[in-house]
Amino acid sequence: MTNRHLTPSGKAGMDESSPLASSPLSRRAVLQLAGGAASLAAIPSGDALSADAVGTEALPVGSIRLIVNGESKELELDTRQSLLDVLRETLDLPGTKKGCNQGACGACTILVDGRRIVSCLTLASMYDGADIQTIEGLEKNGELHPLQQAFVAHEGLQCGFCTPGQIMSGIGCIAEGHAGSPEEIQFWMSGNICRCGAYPGIVEAVADAARRT
Amino acid sequence: MNTNVIGRPLTRVDGHTKTTGKARYAADFNQPGQRYAVIVSATVGLGRVVGFEGGEVERMPGVVALITHRNAPKLPYLPHKAIIDPAVGERLHVLQDDSVLFYGQPVAIVVADSIDHAERAAAALRVSYETRQPVVDHADPQVARTVPGAGADKSRGNADAAVAGAAVKVDEIYDIARENHNPMEPHATVAAWNGDRLTLWSKSQFLVNEQAEIAAVFGLPTENVEVICPFIGGAFGTSLRTWPHVTLAALAARHVGKPVKLVLTRKQMFFTTGHRPRSLQRVALGATADGKFTGVIHEGTGETSRYEQFSEALTAVTDYLYSCPNVRTQYRLAQLDTGTPNHMRGPGEASGIFALESAIDELSYKLGIDPIELRRRNEPKIDEAENKPFSSRSLIECYELGAERIGWAQRTSDPRSMRDGRLLIGMGTATATYPAFHAPASARVRILVDGTAEVEAAASDMGPGTYTSMTQVAAEFLGLPPEQVRFRLGTTAYPPTPSHGGSWTMASVGSAIRAACLEAKSEAAKRAIADQSSPVFGASMEAVEWAEGRLRRRGDTSPGLSYQEILTKAGNPIEADGSAKRDPETAEKYSMHSFGAVFAEVAIDPDVGTIRVRRLVGAYGIGRVVNPLLAKSQCTSGMIGGMGMALMERTVLDARDGRPVNAHMADYLVPVNLDIPKLEVLFANEVDPHVNPLGVKGLGEIALVGTAPAIANAVFHATGTRIRKLPILIEDILNAEV
Repeated sequence: MTNRHLTPSGKAGMDESSPLASSPLSRRAVLQLAGGAASLAAIPSGDALSADAVGTEALPVGSIRLIVNGESKELELDTRQSLLDVLRETLDLPGTKKGCNQGACGACTILVDGRRIVSCLTLASMYDGADIQTIEGLEKNGELHPLQQAFVAHEGLQCGFCTPGQIMSGIGCIAEGHAGSPEEIQFWMSGNICRCGAYPGIVEAVADAARRT
Repeated sequence: MNTNVIGRPLTRVDGHTKTTGKARYAADFNQPGQRYAVIVSATVGLGRVVGFEGGEVERMPGVVALITHRNAPKLPYLPHKAIIDPAVGERLHVLQDDSVLFYGQPVAIVVADSIDHAERAAAALRVSYETRQPVVDHADPQVARTVPGAGADKSRGNADAAVAGAAVKVDEIYDIARENHNPMEPHATVAAWNGDRLTLWSKSQFLVNEQAEIAAVFGLPTENVEVICPFIGGAFGTSLRTWPHVTLAALAARHVGKPVKLVLTRKQMFFTTGHRPRSLQRVALGATADGKFTGVIHEGTGETSRYEQFSEALTAVTDYLYSCPNVRTQYRLAQLDTGTPNHMRGPGEASGIFALESAIDELSYKLGIDPIELRRRNEPKIDEAENKPFSSRSLIECYELGAERIGWAQRTSDPRSMRDGRLLIGMGTATATYPAFHAPASARVRILVDGTAEVEAAASDMGPGTYTSMTQVAAEFLGLPPEQVRFRLGTTAYPPTPSHGGSWTMASVGSAIRAACLEAKSEAAKRAIADQSSPVFGASMEAVEWAEGRLRRRGDTSPGLSYQEILTKAGNPIEADGSAKRDPETAEKYSMHSFGAVFAEVAIDPDVGTIRVRRLVGAYGIGRVVNPLLAKSQCTSGMIGGMGMALMERTVLDARDGRPVNAHMADYLVPVNLDIPKLEVLFANEVDPHVNPLGVKGLGEIALVGTAPAIANAVFHATGTRIRKLPILIEDILNAEV
């Protein structure tokens, strides 16, 4: 069980305020724009057995504006691109990590309009006008975010690869009001895998930052 | 050795870098004009490629090249083997012919201008095969058991006769599933050529070997290849070897004349980057009625590929762990149509000890002797296999520390005798051990004119905290505060070090840094002594001393000279190289291993069979602890890995073609935050004067070893059901329930 099927209100599925519902590009439009291949592009797999080779058809290009860490970015992009790939490869913001590209590990967690999502499982074109926060934007005027400080102080990391996702998820967890006890933090942070097993430190760090923010 | 900086619980020096997203892992090194390569993996388990429908793919948007065995250059593949490569066999040659040796073997690469275009084209490529039936089941009786070329059998006394004639015996078979390392960071390489010089930003636990291996594959002088890897997103052994994707990235970059980035998909990480081999083991124990071992037999078989003999220390622990006059260990390999396995955290030992420690636990119930007491009765005075004393051994102390912490005295001995409401409670314990290795390493120290120091080694930090702990070692031996030392690693431009694995990084690289620091200090003293205006001018080296980074005449009570004061005069820094290796005489004299005791408490729902680990306590004797904060993290990390091994991790193969059917993070289960029990780590106060100058024995591996059998033994104590396979699943509990 992971938390990412649930909205902050605890309801499964999308609520009215979700980016999809409010985006100028409806889900239907995105799918049409992508030549019916959106679902494939969302789970790119170099070793898929087969695919409908759409071959030489024209690229589905769209233009969108993202506000990334407070900066407005105008982008012309292939509408099949995941938000993660656009952040990492187009905007050169590699702090957000690709761990599994299937929404199962949480390494790519970012905040969109203040809410945590896995950026590998969603298309960038769905977020026109959205406010996106990544790990790169947390430090303000040389001052670390309290949760960043807490991760260092409480050994909430080892190799550091899942850390950006853990921290963004932790900020979301605190904002949702899900950091009331260590057990609650454990539950609501279970969508972010740490293979090094820095979990005890992660829980302490989130609890500490929750107290301070 | 009275220490000042070593032993302090410093927080990570790279903590800021890692928490701000500035730490750059291999796939983060985007290069100007970079292209993207995606591997097409074989979808059959054995056979050969007979055709590609490549034309369509080459015309797809953004596609720059399609590379297969038909158009790939013939690569020299010069002979090269390092300590982490199997001694017998030859590495996989990629895109050199039409053969498919195992499911998932690379058969083509697509290069395109964007990652999406490359992925799309790779997915569209249709490959046709001529197939044969692969053999992928280790338990298949048709699989030949080969004797490893490296040799593996040991015997003292007559174990078979002793077990046969023993008053009490246990003789059982143990089956441990294949596991994949699954670090969070996928394998990745960015390759860029400049003429015949190649730069690789590549995930590697062994930079200098990646350099040498790729140089051998492409027939280049070693110095033409540079490998850069400042951060590793976990590895656990999977990046010890240089796997085919590194070759493919370099090959693709040369083919298209641009830098190329190649990142494996999660699924592809189950194909060509090694795995903990499935093992089948038999352990037979014979004992007297009062619990003295009379005979121990340990036979084990690990899986390997057809083209290489991967061997690990599956039965090695049984040779030295306990006192017994009759011991026989035997190790065999089952050659299957699969990729070559490789070391995974606690390799060999972790699997072998599950069988041995499960059998000992089983014996303890047959004898009616407490499991800790049984081990105490068989505690050896020396390593009876090597006939040498241990350099240090704190096993009994670890049992005492751990037993007290977990409250072993409150445990009732009968199975199914402890309950919490309707839940069955079990407490189990097991021994952990791992060799204290030490490999030759080198390092460089530069003391700058401003009095600060730079330290460099081609080492790695996959998570244990090498950046921090080596900073502490250098600060200690230079007498500087750690803030004034900058330790750098992660490029072949720095002095060579051994692989970052086998729990030998601190022993090896740390000792080299110590040597370089001592050399640099000696240089600084010589400079001061030669300086006419210095208060130590003309003194002999024996007549001066260092105290907290300042030099003065012995007996002098003045503050002495700082590095800055010594170096400002001449105006140029001091640079010193140091190297270290194990003293062969000491190695001849002592058996060197770490020991520990792991305790687990589990709660099992008798109706639905769910197993919840409630507590884990690990007590370890690992020599000197360089940084208690990092050491504790490393131990809890290993215990969590051991929990995965015990209850979750297994790579399931489709028997028809060897396809890993759960090759993704949703179905290859690993512990998540909510699974984590209360974890406690204790260290025996152990001083080992023999093992290396730092007195460290390493702890990355031992932290995982012992956890799985402790949990399995707790499961038996809770339920009365002995599960002799890993992982232990709900259905094992339910099926066995009487």
